[in-house]
Amino acid sequence: MAVEANVTDSTFLFGRLAWSKLPITEPVVVYTFVAVVILGAAVVAALTYFKLWGYLWKEWFTSVDHKKIGIMYMILGLVMFLRGFADAIMMRLQQVMAFNGSEGYLNAHHYDQVFTAHGTIMIFFVAMPFVTGLMNFVVPLQIGARDVAFPFLNNFSFWMTVGGAVLTMVSLFIGEFAQTGWLAFPPLSGVVASPREGVDYYIWGLQIAGVGTTLSGINLIVTILKMRCPGMGLMRMPVFTWTSLCANILIVATFPVLTATLVLLSLDRYLGMNFFTNDLGGNPMLYINLIWIWGHPEVYILILPAFGIFSEVVATFCGKRLFGYNSMVYATVCITILSYLVWLHHFFTMGSGASVNSFFGIATMIISIPTGAKIFNWLFTMYKGKIRYELPMMWAVAFMLTFVIGGMTGVMLAVPPADFIVHNSLFLVAHFHNVIIGGVVYGVFAGINYWWPKAFGFKMNQFWGHVSFWCWVVGFWLAFMPLYVMGLMGVTRRLRVFDDPSLQIWFAIAALGAAVIAFGIFALIMQIFTSIRDREKLRDVTGDPWDARTLEWATSSPPPAYNFAFTPVVYDVDAWHDMKEHGYKRPLSGFKPIHMPKNTGTGVVLAAISVVLGFALVWHIWWLVVLSFPALIAAAIWHTFDYNRDFYIPEATVTETEDARTKALSNAV
Amino acid sequence: MSSTEHHGEHHDTHAAQFPHGTRRDYVTGFILSVILTVIPFATVMSGGLGTTRATAFLILGCAVVQMVVHMIFFLHMTPRQEGGWTLISLVFTLIVLIIAVAGTIWVMYHMDSNMMPGMAPAVPDTSQITP
Repeated sequence: MAVEANVTDSTFLFGRLAWSKLPITEPVVVYTFVAVVILGAAVVAALTYFKLWGYLWKEWFTSVDHKKIGIMYMILGLVMFLRGFADAIMMRLQQVMAFNGSEGYLNAHHYDQVFTAHGTIMIFFVAMPFVTGLMNFVVPLQIGARDVAFPFLNNFSFWMTVGGAVLTMVSLFIGEFAQTGWLAFPPLSGVVASPREGVDYYIWGLQIAGVGTTLSGINLIVTILKMRCPGMGLMRMPVFTWTSLCANILIVATFPVLTATLVLLSLDRYLGMNFFTNDLGGNPMLYINLIWIWGHPEVYILILPAFGIFSEVVATFCGKRLFGYNSMVYATVCITILSYLVWLHHFFTMGSGASVNSFFGIATMIISIPTGAKIFNWLFTMYKGKIRYELPMMWAVAFMLTFVIGGMTGVMLAVPPADFIVHNSLFLVAHFHNVIIGGVVYGVFAGINYWWPKAFGFKMNQFWGHVSFWCWVVGFWLAFMPLYVMGLMGVTRRLRVFDDPSLQIWFAIAALGAAVIAFGIFALIMQIFTSIRDREKLRDVTGDPWDARTLEWATSSPPPAYNFAFTPVVYDVDAWHDMKEHGYKRPLSGFKPIHMPKNTGTGVVLAAISVVLGFALVWHIWWLVVLSFPALIAAAIWHTFDYNRDFYIPEATVTETEDARTKALSNAV
Repeated sequence: MSSTEHHGEHHDTHAAQFPHGTRRDYVTGFILSVILTVIPFATVMSGGLGTTRATAFLILGCAVVQMVVHMIFFLHMTPRQEGGWTLISLVFTLIVLIIAVAGTIWVMYHMDSNMMPGMAPAVPDTSQITP
């Protein structure tokens, strides 16, 4: 392309931003842009027409209520899921077309951005918001708290995650995204090989979202450690709360490493330093080492809460206490520690000696022991249980069948000599999709189906739920088993065109699988739509539609702003089940005013300034950097002088809310 | 501990939870820090110990001791503070540091000796079996 010659040309006003940087030569991007503009305009017009902006701002955007923030995380995850999946479909289409001399329909520049964006978005802006959203919504309810420890910080964390997502999405239309793969290894991501703004979008998108993730990790750790209701010792916490605690400890332990690594990479790119270059004492291998010290625990940050969801779901739908609660907790803690000791298995082939490779290989294999213990705990919980195959339980069973296969291919990859054969192949791609889809995604779907009635007061539509379930399960096997086969044949990942025509059939099967999954996602959206449409028919007033066992089901659905009128007292692991057994009666009088935090718009403001700052840094618009960075600091300091942060929900309001629930309960019976 | 209960006793326990050191503490800490800074500085300025490696170890040793001095005299970290949570977070920090830093040094040392033989002194990996 002609523009390549002057990629670093810069003007004062716009930095490196110029008309020539816009991807107007890529028809796919242009059509997407047109569609996004039309859709966006329609949404904005609708919100304005129905006068919803004030409502959204007051009730949602500025809310510090952990339940609303949790729901907003889920919406963010769902929206970004559509984007990430669009990338997946594009890759499948490209790979099935690019045979027999055909170049497919994506040029290399675009295709490389697509696979980078797919990985980055799916991990940082789909899986993380989904998992964080569920933790945010459920954990305070499960431990009988009224909110998280730092409610404003929670709102700020959410908006920083949105900020990172916005910056990543902007790169689709203004400039380009990284073409480096989702972890941006140098020297490819260095300034020599990637002189344009793609890697900078990647860096600042992740840095902004990373602030949010780290702070929300701290927030949830403090919440779990300090705000449990009376009687809930650590060994009486629900398993989901335990796995959330461990996941957040991993966040706090590892996200600073990611931040520091990306800072070093940006120093290389912006200030000409040489941490990860090949010259002047730099070493690109150090980047790979550091990024995986973050990257491996990251996958456990995602899977541990999913394990927690399955534990809650299996216990509830088998009508039994979870088998081996203690061993479940110890297994979780073991996985947490071990997950921090295995990062090198991502680069066995980079040239460590046999002793290093054996250490990390064995450490990796050891992780399968506590994980296997968990699988057996779930199976033993099911054994002689009264299993109800509601949707969450179906996802749990699908998870066990799928995840075990993914775990076993993982142990195969953990053997260094075997890894030398399948490293960087489609076998690896199949493996991590097997564990992330079979573990995290199924877990999130189980969680959505399980806690939806708690969040909104009505169950989800069964029919579309079943359609979505079967499409996902069938589609997953169709889409990824061919990749295992091709990986064993030696087909490497991230290829754009193929010479060997015998491979085309496998890619065709994989593309068919992706199409089936696409229908599964359509069914999920239909499920959400029909559930909201038929909400009166699906209504649940009991607050406990599944006959569940943990505290979040002790309150109404949706829970009042203050969660519990009186702080519950816990005597058993399955606190709510124990309360039901002992004939728990809801208190009907004697309510007191409840101390709650006030909403604030500072989170939105800070995140918006961060996006501007990130954009200015990406394009080297230095005057905007000089303006927005002090503005960011000033806004943060300004907020510390806002002493008007709390209020009391008056006794009358609490009584009114609780009386309304009493009435609803008696009407239902 | 519920959040409401916690709120009530918050102000009373604040002073007890965050002890402010005495002047004696700060002076002791300051003098120790100065000594621990002067030793490596003087060593380097006077040409260092016999070998570079010995000098580096001396500097690192003084740095580690000084970190402990800062934590005790300036940050007032004791095992009892805040019901032991400070100690637990310190242990957590140390574990993370030991795994990440020591692990990285081990890994990168191997990478260097195996992949960049020209740049580091060649160290044969005794566990490596050459065919």
